[in-house]
Amino acid sequence: MGKAANYENELATELRLGLLGTDHHEPEKQSFPLSLVIKSNKRSSSEMDYNSSDKCEQDSAPPPKAQVVGWPPVRSYWRNALQQQKKTESDVSGMYVKVSMDGAPYLRKIDLRVYNNYPELLKALEAMFKCTIGVYSEREGYSGSDNAPTYEDKDGDWMLVGDVPWNMFVTSCRRLRIMKESEAKGLGCL
Amino acid sequence: MNQLWKMDPNIKKTKNSADSANYPEAIQSPSQFPDEVLEKVLSMLHSHKDRSSVSLVCKDWYNAERWSRTKIFIGNCYSVSPEIVARRFPRIKSVTLKGKPRFSDFNLVPQNWGANIHDWLVMFAKVYPLLEELRLKRMTVSDESLEFLAMSFPGFKALSLLSCDGFSTDGLKSIATHCKKLTELDIQENGIDDVSGSWLSAFPDNFTSLEILNFASLNSEVSFDALERLVSRCKSLKVLKVNKGIGLDQLQRLLVRAPQLMELGTGSFQQELMFRHCMELENAFRNCKNLQILAGLWDASYVYLHVLYPACSSLTFLNLSYATLRSDEFTKLIAHCPNLRCLWVLDTVEDKGLEAVGSCCPLLEEIRVFPAHPFDQDINHGVTESGFLAVSHGCRKLHYVLYFCQQMTNAAVATIVQNCPDFTHFRLCIMNPGQPDYLTDEPMDEAFGAVVKTCTKLQRLAVSGLLTDLTFEYIGKYAKNLETLSVAFAGRSDWGMQCVLGGCPKLRKLEIRDCPFGNAALLSGLKKYESMRSLWMSACNVTMNGCRLLAKEMPRLNVEVMKDEEDDSHVDKVYVYRSVAGPRRDAPPFVLTL
Repeated sequence: MGKAANYENELATELRLGLLGTDHHEPEKQSFPLSLVIKSNKRSSSEMDYNSSDKCEQDSAPPPKAQVVGWPPVRSYWRNALQQQKKTESDVSGMYVKVSMDGAPYLRKIDLRVYNNYPELLKALEAMFKCTIGVYSEREGYSGSDNAPTYEDKDGDWMLVGDVPWNMFVTSCRRLRIMKESEAKGLGCL
Repeated sequence: MNQLWKMDPNIKKTKNSADSANYPEAIQSPSQFPDEVLEKVLSMLHSHKDRSSVSLVCKDWYNAERWSRTKIFIGNCYSVSPEIVARRFPRIKSVTLKGKPRFSDFNLVPQNWGANIHDWLVMFAKVYPLLEELRLKRMTVSDESLEFLAMSFPGFKALSLLSCDGFSTDGLKSIATHCKKLTELDIQENGIDDVSGSWLSAFPDNFTSLEILNFASLNSEVSFDALERLVSRCKSLKVLKVNKGIGLDQLQRLLVRAPQLMELGTGSFQQELMFRHCMELENAFRNCKNLQILAGLWDASYVYLHVLYPACSSLTFLNLSYATLRSDEFTKLIAHCPNLRCLWVLDTVEDKGLEAVGSCCPLLEEIRVFPAHPFDQDINHGVTESGFLAVSHGCRKLHYVLYFCQQMTNAAVATIVQNCPDFTHFRLCIMNPGQPDYLTDEPMDEAFGAVVKTCTKLQRLAVSGLLTDLTFEYIGKYAKNLETLSVAFAGRSDWGMQCVLGGCPKLRKLEIRDCPFGNAALLSGLKKYESMRSLWMSACNVTMNGCRLLAKEMPRLNVEVMKDEEDDSHVDKVYVYRSVAGPRRDAPPFVLTL
């Protein structure tokens, strides 16, 4: 292996750009090849700038961390596809619907996504408006109190809360209204 | 095809020659089986590795093998030439070709690097007129090539393009128009010029053979009418992956026409649906009794996920890598998927979501967790070590992981591999380069040490975090079955890389970026590179002289250098691979072959 040793000698005396090799026995603080530091200043490189749209905003913001080409290693196609996704307001911030109660001076808003079923929703409404909502039955509607929860669906019709499966309700409910029972009876009967 | 490179075209094929130098057993007597019988037996061999072994037994077997081979796999298109392939294998029907180095996926390889399919197609048209299948990965493909393909092979059946570039939807139009027997068109994640969706309408009205159609990654809208009619008349359709332009109501109509689907990629999963249509969609999913794989779900609105529930119990692979679901939303969905073997998910589901995976999916074998905000390091989102721990605790059959996270500890990884010692693929990406164990502040050496010591079947490893040379000592010493290793921002000195090259007997692919490995490390692998497919080193400490020495000592390696603009001697990128075809003739100006 004399040849290899000669080569190694040649290379050892050669000038080169890069960090001096550290002795592997000595635990030193990790330092990276210069490329990482250099690249963070190379703003002109087109490969560098993933957030080109944010460029102007960054003037006043604190200096961003060094962006490295191709890191983290996610496929550019996938990254672009994900960034293109637009979420509507209802998905990002919840499914908020207005809730009115007859006699109350102002309306409220609740996020339907927070609840898993009708009992949870009704309990929340009761707490919000400090009222009691009756017990639901398919035949009678809500009995046992003055109030009945109703909602306006996508067709614009006013429906009694509880008739349809929960998931169907969540997707079709536009707004809620807690009606006085006397009015609500008109909705419930055939 | 890992032995193909050993095939020197100058070997004289004389009968009964006692050239035991080339063949281990010099067979003096004629083969015990008639050639036809041997060929028939060998035609039942499908694995490439088996076929390569067979071809080395003796001359007769070499010939019988080459005549009976119908499928060819070329992991590096430059390791061999079209001429050599054509000369050796006369009866090929299926070709798989891979081109650019893997780091080209992350913008580390400049445009116009090469890997163009055209010369291959010209040769195939001459020698393999009965070609049926072409599967390309990271190749450059032009519209002209696609048209040439469509016109040259009347029996052509399957085209799969993954991470390719250079073509447009016009090229797809040629395929749709002319390939009368097409069964598969699979277009995934390519750098494609998306001109229009009219290509889909080019399938003739009497065309009915399609079984696999994947155009999920194309942006332009196709004619829904054309798609619906296509799906209706292709009764054998098993795989359908549509793009974002297809909405929920349209999805329902497609599912009604193709309830036999085994694999579905939905389009956009967010649309104002009347609840009547919601119920219809849910019923459509209920009727898909064979559905095993589900993907797509762009812009997935939680509100509509419930329509999937009837189909979830038979799912084995769920790909949510485009659906930004929160942990509570995801938890409800995953509870319906007890038979999942494979899950791809975004880190928006957070540790809580992964805990649900651990509870609900005991059969899980593969999990990939992708970062929703890979470049927003200031945002405190995503998954940590506890999510990974939870999955390993509940899913003891786990053997494949790809995990992007913000923090990790040595202790967690040690526990994870104790829970799941059968890992074959362990790809951990701690996203902040050089980050230590966040609890102890130590390097992550012991984590990967635990991985290679415990997981004896490990084939693929990607390391990250703060790593000294000790990690590589462990890898070289323990990773006896390791074939692919990816390293970034790691190591202290040449010794690290030397350990890997000195150990790891089965190493085939080594890709390194931003590490302090220099010429001594590069040259320590002199003898090893011929048994590997390729080596990639970028932003390391390698110089032109080192690369020249390597090229001089090992003439059967191609040593390709992409130089740093600022410094003539420093090498920015070097790509080393074995080849029987010699230096490539199509190298662009920025690639120097030494």
